[in-house]
Amino acid sequence: MPILELQDLKTHIYLEEGVLKAVDGVNLVINEGEIVGLVGESGCGKSMTALSIVRLPPREAETIAGKVLFEGEDLLPLNDEELDRIRGRKISMVFQDPLTYLNPVMKVKTQVAEPLMLHKGLSKAEAEAQSVDILQAMGLGDAASVGESYPHELSGGMKQRVLMGMALGCDPSMLIADEPFTAVDVSIQDQLIELLKRLQRERQFSCLLITHDLGVAAEICDRVYVMYAGEIVETGDIYTIFDDPKHPYTQGLINSAKVARSDSDALPFIPGEVPSMLEPPPGCRFHPRCERAMDKCREHVPARTDLGDNHYVTCWLYE
Amino acid sequence: MSDGSENGVLLRVRDVHKHFRRFTLRGERVSRAVDGVSLDIRDGEILGVAGESGCGKSTLSRLICGLVEPTSGKVAFKGRDIGGLSGRDKKAFRRQVQMVFQDPEGSLNPRRRIGSVLQQPFQVHKLGNPEQQRRQVLQLLDRVKLTPPEFYANKFPYELSGGSKQRVAIARALALEPSLVLADEPVASLDMSIRGAILMLLRELNRDLGISIVLISHDLNVLQTMASRVAIMYLGRIVEIGTKEEVFSRPRHPYTQALLSVNPIADPKKTRERVKLSLTGEVPSSTNPPVGCRFHTRCPHAVDDCSTNDPVLELTTDSHYAACPHWKRIAALQGVVE
Repeated sequence: MPILELQDLKTHIYLEEGVLKAVDGVNLVINEGEIVGLVGESGCGKSMTALSIVRLPPREAETIAGKVLFEGEDLLPLNDEELDRIRGRKISMVFQDPLTYLNPVMKVKTQVAEPLMLHKGLSKAEAEAQSVDILQAMGLGDAASVGESYPHELSGGMKQRVLMGMALGCDPSMLIADEPFTAVDVSIQDQLIELLKRLQRERQFSCLLITHDLGVAAEICDRVYVMYAGEIVETGDIYTIFDDPKHPYTQGLINSAKVARSDSDALPFIPGEVPSMLEPPPGCRFHPRCERAMDKCREHVPARTDLGDNHYVTCWLYE
Repeated sequence: MSDGSENGVLLRVRDVHKHFRRFTLRGERVSRAVDGVSLDIRDGEILGVAGESGCGKSTLSRLICGLVEPTSGKVAFKGRDIGGLSGRDKKAFRRQVQMVFQDPEGSLNPRRRIGSVLQQPFQVHKLGNPEQQRRQVLQLLDRVKLTPPEFYANKFPYELSGGSKQRVAIARALALEPSLVLADEPVASLDMSIRGAILMLLRELNRDLGISIVLISHDLNVLQTMASRVAIMYLGRIVEIGTKEEVFSRPRHPYTQALLSVNPIADPKKTRERVKLSLTGEVPSSTNPPVGCRFHTRCPHAVDDCSTNDPVLELTTDSHYAACPHWKRIAALQGVVE
C-alpha cells in the first residue's frame, strides 16, 4: 500500500539569473512501513524534493506541477490550516543540522513538548512530562537532565536525538529525514543509524531517507531512488541497485563509493561536473559525463524503462 | 646523507604537545589538542591520519608544517628542529612543506585570478622573472589537468567548481616543488563522483614526483585506498600506527576495531551481515581527558587498570604499534590466531 506518492513533481526556483529546475518531473512511491532512500550528489534536487512534499520550499521556489498524494490525498492544493493537520502530525521531518532547527533560548523539554501541545492538545505540564519519556526512547540516558538543558549544552549526536524525538513525538506515519547522519562522526553516526533502525522496527513508520552516502543507504534502505540533475534516473530494490546497477550514473556513483582494493587500480570517478540546473543539458542530462553516450542521448530525453521487479531505469541503453 | 634525511625519514615528530589556553568566566581552560605524539614521516610515503573530530589530527598537521608552535616536544625536518629555524632557513623549510586544506573556497583569494594566485609563491620566493613565472603557472595548471591552462589562469575562484578549486589548491602546493604535502581532508567537501579524480591526482604526485604526503581524513575508505601507512588518533594521541594492511586487516586497538567495524560499506549484503562493535557515549572533552587510558570510558574491553595506567604505543608485529597493553588478550578473545 503506497502511503506517499509523488507524481511528475516539478519545483522550480526563480532566480535573477533564470529558472532553476531543481525538481523536474519526479515520480516516487513509498509504501507503508518502508524505508526508501533518495540518493544523489549536492544540487541534484533531493532536498528540494523533500521540502516540496511538506510544502516548505524556500520563498523563491514554487511547485508548479505534479501531485503529492499522501494517504491518497493531494497535499498541493491544501491551505495552511489543512496542512497543519498533516505536517508535524502525520509527516515529520529531521534535518542535517540540528542546531538550525532548535531554539537556542528554549529548554529542550519545552521544544519536544511543543508538537504534543499543538497536535495532541496536551497541557504544557502534561506535554513536558511526556517529553522526558520521548527523550528516553531516543536513547538519551539521563533524559530528565537533557530535558532541562539548552541546545548549546548538548553534543551534536544528542541534538540529533532531540530532533528525532521532536519529529517522532506525535507518532507520525511518515518520517522525512534529510541527511540526518551527516554532521556527526562515524561512531556517533553508527549510534544514530542503529536508533533509527530500532525505532522504525518498533513503530513501523514509513521513512524517506535523503542521503549522499551510499554506505548509509546500503545499510538501512529497502528501496532506493537515484537522482541526478532534478530527475530520477534509476530506482529499485536496494540489493538490485547495488548488485546490478543499470544507469551509467548509478554505476559510477557506486564504484566511486567502493574502496579500491589494489594500489595499482585506477580510482573510479565520473568525468566532468554536475551541470548547472539553470541550463540543463538537452536530451539525457547525464550525457556530457557519460562514457556510453550515443547520438540519440544528446538530443532526445530518454523514457523510463521497466526492467521488472520494480527496477526502473531512465536511459537509452535499455530501451 | 646529502639531503639531510636520516634513514629515509623526512620528518620526525617527537613527543609533541600542543595545549591551547582559553580564558573563560570559570577560569582558565586548557585544551590538550595534541598530547604526546611521536611519529616519522618517511621519504616517498603516504601517511594517512584518521580519527574523529577533536582528536587533534588537524592540529598535528599544523604543527608539522610550523603553522603553530608546539607547547613542548620537537618537530625535525631532515634532521633539523623546525622550531629553531629563522630567516633564510625558515623560508627554505616553507618551500619544502606545503598544505592543501579541506575548503578550497576559503583558501583561495576571491579577488585574484587563478593565474595570479599561482604566481604568488614564485614572487614570494623571488624565483624567475614574470615571464618565466607565467610559463610555470601554465605548466602547473596543465599538471593538475585544468586544461586549457590559459583558460583557467584567467578565471576567478568563484567561476570554478569545488573540484577545480581543489585542483588549483594542489597546483599551488606543488609550485615550489616541495618534498612534503600535508593534505587535510582534501576530498571531504567534494561530491562522491569526483573524489576519485582528486585522489588520483594526489597519488600521481606521490608516485611520479616522489612527494611524501600526509593525508588527514576522517574517511577510512579514503585512507584504505590511498595510504601506505596509517595512524589512528584519539583525544590527542596516536592509539595505533602501522602499514595500511596491518591496521586495516589486523587492527589491535579496540578503538580502531570499533571504527573499522562501523565504517559505512557501500554494499547492502556486507553491511547488514557484519558484526558491528558499536561504541557507546561520545568522545570526551580534550580539556578534561579521562585519566589512565583515554579510551577506557568507551572501551568494551576495559578492565580496572585501564583507568589508572596510561598506555604507550607498543610493538605488536613488525612496525605495527598499538597503545593498548591488553591487545593480546583482546585478540585471543576475538579468536584471532597468531
